[in-house]
Amino acid sequence: MSGFIFKRTLWAVVVMWAVATLVFFMLRIVPGDPIAAMLFDVGDPEAADELRRKFGLDQPVYIQYAKWFGRLLVGDLGNSIYGSRIAVSRVIQEALPRTLSLTALSFLIALVIAVPAGLISALKRHSALDHVVTIIAFLGLSMPDFWIAILLIITFAAGLHWLPAIGYVPLSEGLWPWFSHLILPSIAIGTPFAAIMARMIRSSMLEVLRTEYMQVARSKGLFKLRLVMVHAFPNALIPVVTVMGIALALLLAGTIVVENVFAIKGLGRVLIQGILDRDYPMVQGAILVVSFIFVFANLLVDVLYTVIDPRIRYD
Amino acid sequence: MAVMEATQGVTPERPVQRWDWLRLVARDKKALVGMIVLAILTLAAIFAPILTPYDPNAQDFAMIGAPSWAHPLGTDDLGRDLLSRLIHGGRISLFVGTSTVLMALLVGIVLGVSAGYYGGWLDTIIMRYIDLQWAFPNFIIAVYLVAVFGTGLSNVIIAISLAFIDDFARIARGMVLTIKEEQYIAAARTLGASDNRIMWRHILPNATAPIIVQATVSVSYAILAEAGLSFLGLGVQSSTPTWGLILADSRSFISRAWWLGVFPGLFIMVTVLSINFLGDALRDLFDVRETKDLGAH
Repeated sequence: MSGFIFKRTLWAVVVMWAVATLVFFMLRIVPGDPIAAMLFDVGDPEAADELRRKFGLDQPVYIQYAKWFGRLLVGDLGNSIYGSRIAVSRVIQEALPRTLSLTALSFLIALVIAVPAGLISALKRHSALDHVVTIIAFLGLSMPDFWIAILLIITFAAGLHWLPAIGYVPLSEGLWPWFSHLILPSIAIGTPFAAIMARMIRSSMLEVLRTEYMQVARSKGLFKLRLVMVHAFPNALIPVVTVMGIALALLLAGTIVVENVFAIKGLGRVLIQGILDRDYPMVQGAILVVSFIFVFANLLVDVLYTVIDPRIRYD
Repeated sequence: MAVMEATQGVTPERPVQRWDWLRLVARDKKALVGMIVLAILTLAAIFAPILTPYDPNAQDFAMIGAPSWAHPLGTDDLGRDLLSRLIHGGRISLFVGTSTVLMALLVGIVLGVSAGYYGGWLDTIIMRYIDLQWAFPNFIIAVYLVAVFGTGLSNVIIAISLAFIDDFARIARGMVLTIKEEQYIAAARTLGASDNRIMWRHILPNATAPIIVQATVSVSYAILAEAGLSFLGLGVQSSTPTWGLILADSRSFISRAWWLGVFPGLFIMVTVLSINFLGDALRDLFDVRETKDLGAH
């Protein structure tokens, strides 16, 4: 198994390198010299040349790549070329805890909704309750997260004035201020995710309930709650964990959009603002960090999967 | 890797038959509802200029106004009729949704079928790339690509098309690997059929069912992706009304004009829901279990 973990980690490193390289070259091979377009919207070729030299853009691409990659390895993502020239790594350092808080809370909220919903609709299959859960899940899957965000703001911020509409407060300033700023965006991000999870838990539970060992357990007359929670549910979770990597990725994708609705300056906001400002070091940095989280989450899920289910063998 | 492969179990399918869509509607009410709603939305989009009560960009002196008899869904800050703008917005959503999936499907199938059929180094190269793309959600890839290509309608279409290729390549490859071993393929080869003929005339027609299901689901994700990009300001530029853009603009009036925030999203939801109904029914009809259901939000 340690062999698998080693191989899988190596693959993750290769993926990260490939992504970094792709990102670097794609931003440079696009027709019309996008860097020039980003940097020098207004004429003055001499100033342009000087800026090019300053950013090392006059050198051959492979040298630029080598230098860029070398700096990347020590965590230097360059400086913003828009406005303040602030270090990209500093901006990302500030953004990261916001995005991670948001993702974690969304995940938690989604689980709190999805686990009971999925269990109930599997245990009470074809009941009215099951149909209601199915319909809500369909709706949840079809609502864009940014629209859910707007509906929540209209209702709870603009209408009822219960919660703040925008912004972020760090945890150090108190639990409630932190939580009250994060709860609406987390619900918006968590809803589509909860819909998917509920459907998956339902079908996976139904499969487990049909197995022989469940029939044995039932025929032994075990108490129903114990039957479900001890024998069925943990086994039903195995297939759910398989797709957890994709699901977490989805959650993070939702975070990137929804941050922009609530003006939370997390990774998503940094990325989108960077694109709009054509601030390519910022875009590059944000893309790399977001990608890193995806790759790392997938790695974690794959490793976790072998731990949870020892039957799974690799190669 | 093994885990990613494991989620791609593909069962051999029967070919799609001409009257399948009738059986679909007959046995599944969801499919019927989905089809009717989609037909209405498509017709509305096609005939938008004739159908809409107002020019989507015509301004009214009344300025921002709640839903009324004259303006059933209200007007925006420039006094433009929201219903007319939303019907026109449907043109972009449906066009982008279908055209991107069509392109992703074409490229994805060519990649997947050649990878699966020829195997060897071609398979390795294609699938290494596809696996790389698979590790990231489609929407994020679309955002990355817009960052590279720039904003605007054609760039958005290219970005979303490229972002969805991996889904189709994987399914097509999986199907080919199964069908390749069938006796009738060996028979065709014995009779001297060329590789191209076997791939496109014998294998592909038998792989259509899962591809159709995936394509249907993908259209809904592509529509969501377009709306998301527009919403973020990365999509179509502001003179054209799109659902995402109208929603984005609504944020400035969130405490004064709820209708601007509610109705555009309702249009997106109804469209996506209808497509999901259809996709779900198709999946039951063809008994396709594995598609990338967690696509792109």
